[in-house]
Amino acid sequence: MNAPRAKLTLKDYETNQEVRWCPGCGDYAILKTIQKLLPELGVPRENTVFVSGIGCSSRFPYYIETYGFHTIHGRAPAVATGIKLANPELDVWVVTGDGDGLSIGGNHMVHVLRKNVDLNILLFNNEIYGLTKGQYSPTSKVGTRSPSTPDGSIELPLAPCSLALGSGARFVARSIDTDMEHLTSILTAAHQHRGASFVEILQNCPVYNEGIFEEVRNKKTAADNRLVLIDGQPMTFGRDSSKGLRLNNKRLSLEVVNLGEQGVTEADLLVHDETNKVMAQTLMDLRAPEFPVPVGVIYQKPAAVYVTDIYSQRIKVRESKGPADLNELLRTGHTWMVE
Amino acid sequence: MSVVEENPVNKMTAVVVRFAGDSGDGMQLTGNNFTEATAIYGNDLATFPDFPAEIRAPAGATFGVSAFQIYFGSEDVTTAGDDVDVLVAMNPAALITNLKELVPGGLIIADSDAFTDKNLARAGYAENPLEDGSLDAYRLISIDVTKRVIDTVKPYGLTHKFAVRCKNMWTLGLTMWLFDRSRDVAIEGLRTKFTRSPEIAEANIAAINAGHAYGETAELPTGVEVYKIPRVTAKPGLYRNTTGTEALAYGILAGGLLSELPIVFASYPITPASGLLHSLAQQKQFEVITLQAEDEIAAVCSAIGASFAGSLGVTSSSGPGISLKAEAISLAFAAELPLLVVNTQRGGPSTGLPTKTEQSDLNQSIFGRHGDTILPVIAASDPVDCFDAAIEAIRIATQYRTPVILLSDGYIANASEPWHVPDFDSYEPFPVRFTEETEGFSPAKRDPKTLARVWAKPGTPGLEHRIGGIEKDYETGEISYDAENHQKMTEIRKAKIDGISNDIPKQEVALGNDYGDLAVVGWGSTFGAIHQGVKRSRMDGLDVSHIHIRHMWPLPGNLGELLSGYKVVLIPEMNTGQLVDIIRSRYLIDAQSLTKISGQPFKIKEIDAAIRAQLGNIK
Repeated sequence: MNAPRAKLTLKDYETNQEVRWCPGCGDYAILKTIQKLLPELGVPRENTVFVSGIGCSSRFPYYIETYGFHTIHGRAPAVATGIKLANPELDVWVVTGDGDGLSIGGNHMVHVLRKNVDLNILLFNNEIYGLTKGQYSPTSKVGTRSPSTPDGSIELPLAPCSLALGSGARFVARSIDTDMEHLTSILTAAHQHRGASFVEILQNCPVYNEGIFEEVRNKKTAADNRLVLIDGQPMTFGRDSSKGLRLNNKRLSLEVVNLGEQGVTEADLLVHDETNKVMAQTLMDLRAPEFPVPVGVIYQKPAAVYVTDIYSQRIKVRESKGPADLNELLRTGHTWMVE
Repeated sequence: MSVVEENPVNKMTAVVVRFAGDSGDGMQLTGNNFTEATAIYGNDLATFPDFPAEIRAPAGATFGVSAFQIYFGSEDVTTAGDDVDVLVAMNPAALITNLKELVPGGLIIADSDAFTDKNLARAGYAENPLEDGSLDAYRLISIDVTKRVIDTVKPYGLTHKFAVRCKNMWTLGLTMWLFDRSRDVAIEGLRTKFTRSPEIAEANIAAINAGHAYGETAELPTGVEVYKIPRVTAKPGLYRNTTGTEALAYGILAGGLLSELPIVFASYPITPASGLLHSLAQQKQFEVITLQAEDEIAAVCSAIGASFAGSLGVTSSSGPGISLKAEAISLAFAAELPLLVVNTQRGGPSTGLPTKTEQSDLNQSIFGRHGDTILPVIAASDPVDCFDAAIEAIRIATQYRTPVILLSDGYIANASEPWHVPDFDSYEPFPVRFTEETEGFSPAKRDPKTLARVWAKPGTPGLEHRIGGIEKDYETGEISYDAENHQKMTEIRKAKIDGISNDIPKQEVALGNDYGDLAVVGWGSTFGAIHQGVKRSRMDGLDVSHIHIRHMWPLPGNLGELLSGYKVVLIPEMNTGQLVDIIRSRYLIDAQSLTKISGQPFKIKEIDAAIRAQLGNIK
């Protein structure tokens, strides 16, 4: 039992199940990244649990050789909370999508973040309902044509990272399905963070929403359309890092500037500070094509963790009340003897 | 013990007292204090708190009347009583809404200061009933309680508002005198409750003493003297009072200990079920974690997650909340995880009557989910029974790895009765053994006897596996859309639940013979009324028996045969006839239905009358 276990590899995290996503689905890349990452995290395989709801992304647990629970639509954060309450030692991952996590399960997402339950929450955002065959989702852009919106969707989309931040999340990040290196670094950071970690993964649905993130995903165009945030580093992007983001303090807004033009130097650029909530909110709201899409850890500021606090409360109560004794409890309060 | 008082003037074997006032008048507190004193005195008792959904309805409004009824006596008391012998009415609204329950010649104690023109008009009185002779059929004690209370508590320097609030304690004092109850416990309780504001405690104590002194010294109308209710001859041992909610909370703790599982109790506030969350939240010294979830669905889902991880997940609600949980309960059924779901029923449908009682969720409990998801259902029959019913529900949930619905209702949850405190060490444990064997492991493996699926909890090396709501292969537990497999899995899930009927006690007859003219078959909180009704009829020589079902599904194996031994089967229910339909369809018996859907429990006389009507039909 105590002999050191052989280090596991990607293969040890594959199941015997045939992966059933559509060819070209971004989920394949995410799966591979995670299977490769898990052996590196130093968590025993048996202590790892993947929990999901319903949707394409929620089939994820079937393909990972850990404990897994494929639950019901939108409820994975609530199920995961229960798992964590029962056994805080477990390393619990929630895999959800834009429909599962933000529409039917929006309420649970808000509260699991507010409570700061120690979970790694991965939201695969493809801005569409895949498994139900292509209806628009709460993150679809205005005008999305779909079977349920043949003349284009009307509502404004919901911004996942902003919702997370507004709910009180203490770790909010964004990454891209096919960028294994970046996704690995973000998931590693998410895993290290104590409390709820929220990671939005921009994910391509080749069948129902092909190419919506193309400018950001495609290696050829990514440089000009992606802002890779690194804590403590100036916000530059573009080929040769020739562009940057500057604060226009008269308008309290961000603007894109070209380094070297009109005397702009790196010293004029904003420097990323993960702990700055105002900056995080501003960055999350940046939209293409006017702005590059920020990816990376946008906000991180640890706080009290829900399950840990529940257990500490319990320790305090036990110190004052002494050991539990049901017979004694049944006899507390007013009792009387009948002879 | 059986002590009989020496030649009392007002010797009665049992009496019903009802305290009624505004929802802010403290009637529930008064009732609870009186109950405690009555239990200590040595009467058997049952209570019926009856309060409105509004927390503080406008003063003097009839819809805001809050009442607390207690029935106590020297005999076996199993209901809160039919008609009221003593009515304490704190205002005109309390009088007008409760007078019809008072027996002719019954005693009214009224606070005349509250019978102002405004309050009389609000209650719908054209004239003051305390003065116009309309209460001549009763004995009336009309006292200026408010004024007396204000005078009594003057030395304690309370504001007018707080001073007036002491009037419930004044009437408590008077009622305690009337029934020869000790004030000690109430006084001690006030001192504990108001440790931080001793002046409030002392003012209330002064009010109790003043009310008591009034009874001793004032010249009350003829016929109003101290009632002596002989003490009950009870089984020797240690007693306490309990509400159904309390006994159920302790039963859940007991079930956790007997199954050797930690409890994760996740719930969302809803009347009348919230008390269970409050009770368990105070028991952190036990292996219980409580969670107030963001909604009903989250509550049940967290409970399911906890069961997956190796605790026993418990969730609790009332009818509307249980409806919200339905999809998740089906998940637990499909994933074959243990789960306890407590439903403290209330008047429905929809918001219905949140603070009133009903038994209208039986169909929902057994059948009310998508798919073939018929569940084990257990119903508690009185406050004390909640303890054992919870243990039994947990035994079935954990041994069979299935959700179990435990039914209580608003009446049982809030009512209190004396409890012969059980010795917990005498309960048989039913420890759960988690699977740890990796050799030949499959998450689909079943116990050949119970058909329960293996329970391998996360954290166990080598047993990593996936479960979920998609149909699973019978052998491997992997996803399967195979037609024959689905048929087989549906059948095995049903067989597992049906098989529970071999593992539950045979149906017994609560009172009477196992054959005869008439069986009155009940379930849940109607126990007391049915029992007394049958008892009363049997004393008149009628051939009637009482059968009370606890295992609502699966039904006890011998039930059909037992029922076939009676000429007529009568099923009283606080719904439109849900059990009667099940009995008729399951056993092809022409069972008769007696229904009451008023938000109020059955009265003994209603059961008694129905028995006589049915027996009349036979002859």
